[in-house]
Amino acid sequence: MLSIKDLSVSINGKTILDGFNLEVKAGEVHAIMGPNGTGKSTLASVIAGRDMFDVDRGEITYRGQNLFDMAPEIRAREGIFLGFQYPVEIPGVSMASFMRTAINEKRKHLGLEPMSGAEFLKLMEEKKKLVEIQSKLTNRSVNEGFSGGEKKKNEIFQMALLEPRLAILDETDSGLDIDALKVVANGVNKLRSPENATIIITHYQRLLDFIIPDYVHVLFDGRIVKSGDKSLALELESKGYEWVKKEANMAAAH
Amino acid sequence: MEDKNNDILEEVTGSEYKYGFYTDVEMEQAPKGLTEDTIRFISAKKNEPEFMLDIRLKAFRHWQTLKEPRWAHVQYPPIDYQDIIYFSAPVKKPKLESLNEVDPELLETFEKLGIPLEEQKMLAGVAVDAVMDSVSVATTFRSTLAEKGVIFCSFSEAVREYPELIKKYMGTVVPYTDNFFAALNTAVFSDGSFVFIPKGVKCPLELSTYFRINAANTGQFERTLIVAEEGSYVSYMEGCTAPIRDENQLHAAIVEIIAHKDAEVKYSTVQNWWPGDKEGKGGVYNFVTKRGICEGENSKISWTQVETGSAITWKYPSLILRGDNSTGEFYSVAVTNNHQQADTGTKMIHLGKNTRSTIISKGISAGFSNNSYRGLVKTTRKAENARNFSQCDSLLLGDKCGAHTFPYIEVGNRSSIVEHEATTSKISEDQLFYCLQRGIDMESAIGLIVNGYAKEVLSKLPMEFAVEAQKLLSISLEGSVG
Repeated sequence: MLSIKDLSVSINGKTILDGFNLEVKAGEVHAIMGPNGTGKSTLASVIAGRDMFDVDRGEITYRGQNLFDMAPEIRAREGIFLGFQYPVEIPGVSMASFMRTAINEKRKHLGLEPMSGAEFLKLMEEKKKLVEIQSKLTNRSVNEGFSGGEKKKNEIFQMALLEPRLAILDETDSGLDIDALKVVANGVNKLRSPENATIIITHYQRLLDFIIPDYVHVLFDGRIVKSGDKSLALELESKGYEWVKKEANMAAAH
Repeated sequence: MEDKNNDILEEVTGSEYKYGFYTDVEMEQAPKGLTEDTIRFISAKKNEPEFMLDIRLKAFRHWQTLKEPRWAHVQYPPIDYQDIIYFSAPVKKPKLESLNEVDPELLETFEKLGIPLEEQKMLAGVAVDAVMDSVSVATTFRSTLAEKGVIFCSFSEAVREYPELIKKYMGTVVPYTDNFFAALNTAVFSDGSFVFIPKGVKCPLELSTYFRINAANTGQFERTLIVAEEGSYVSYMEGCTAPIRDENQLHAAIVEIIAHKDAEVKYSTVQNWWPGDKEGKGGVYNFVTKRGICEGENSKISWTQVETGSAITWKYPSLILRGDNSTGEFYSVAVTNNHQQADTGTKMIHLGKNTRSTIISKGISAGFSNNSYRGLVKTTRKAENARNFSQCDSLLLGDKCGAHTFPYIEVGNRSSIVEHEATTSKISEDQLFYCLQRGIDMESAIGLIVNGYAKEVLSKLPMEFAVEAQKLLSISLEGSVG
């Protein structure tokens, strides 16, 4: 589904990703972990198409297509979803009209008729239940006055509505209490299927207690320095990132 | 991102005015220029009674002593008032029995504008008095209104049919001595609408009038008078678009509203006149005097306006709150793009006790435009317990436009409470990217964000007007990015 080869990315001349490689297949859940400032969020932004970065080298293919040929909104309509670390507020725009616009843009792109108001409301009710979001949140403006936890839940709710092929969750667990964390994890698990894939970007392993990843990668200095299964996350938890850093430095020295 | 934004900003300026087309209807017009003869010509063309000609001439003589005001935060070359045609009317067919007899090309124009003159409006329960250039060409639903005693007709007709009402009310809120443009309008006004709601009547329909400026070099001088008698209610809507012309078109309208005891008038405007091209060439000069008076106790008048057009806007729909416990409201969205300049706002003059006013102004500037809010809140010595709340927000798209606020507050009474809030913001890249990431393209994203920003005002518009206004906001800002 997603293939990233030798990707190097910089911002204002400062290299952030440097020779990054990743293969994600349908049905898989990948966790990307790493200390702060190693390029985790940059990776998410580059895949989603934020244009504040310079891609210096490498390629990304998404379902056989060159991702860099696709505008950000096209990537979204083709099924790439980014759950934002800091979801932004859009005052005065109701969640319902925002999401209905999004869904209908996607449907138009896929050559489908726009969804009627009644159909949309039904879908919204259905997905609300799925991700256990309170109905009052969807009556409000996009993220306006939402608490940190509500914003994150709202990201999962949007993901449920858009049914992405590839979901990237950028630090969705940060700032969540354990109950909110469970709600988020529950939503992600329910949406998991053999057809879609998820990339979870996180600093801590606690989210991975609830969403079991197929692969865990450790990002350090702009590239993946270690990959493994769920147990790697636990090992990181106990040994800390220093351990990986040391290994990475030793590897670099050889 | 910056470069890209600038590219997109350039793109906006390239987009053509959507409603720019020109209708070729046989015209009958006055010669260029303004003299007493022009005024006599206009008055004669309209078969006016003597008293109206007298008012026009008085106003003209007064106008000649006045200088064009230049205090607004707008810039434009001098207007040659002798180079303007002051009267033009589509040539009248002998009496129109039905719409079928209306010039088909005229109907086509309304069609293009998406104004469903007959069927659709009837279904929607809206009576339409359509003004093309200066003369009313069709009026519907007269009988429904007549049953209730509501008068809704063209101003010229009112002058002929209801001279007593015109004599009693015309010029009582905006006298010709009020300002330069008011004097000019009174001298040369072409046509407009007259609304009279008798005592205790709730007008059963939303009244709407579509104004249109057509014909090169023709000034448009509309005059609207709305009188709501005791305990009555009316909602009046005015919407405008104009075709592309190369020369600037002068527009100086007057709207007067009188609300008696316990009466309520809601006046909504969607204004989309041609703003000029991307270089700032052409476009309508809109110098309007709109004022209402809450004459009686517990009366209420609200102005709601969505202003997206005109090269220059000079417009301050104001209210005089004379009756005790009367209420005034002003809700405004003003959009400027390219080289448009708008200086708009309101005046709330509190004279009566316990009078209340609310001002919500949302300015949106893009391109190289300048958008100013200018407002006066005044409470007089006798206006005990007067209250005002003002909120003036500005939204900037791009870094080449300007937003300005000129609030004036004059408090003449210790019991007054006057509040003023103001904010200035930009559409952030984070907001735009958030929309893009959900599959919503840049244009729609801006439309969505801007409509969200203006929601508080749009929600005050009558339903069908609100939908039009939302579309208009998106169209007006096509391509602009903050």
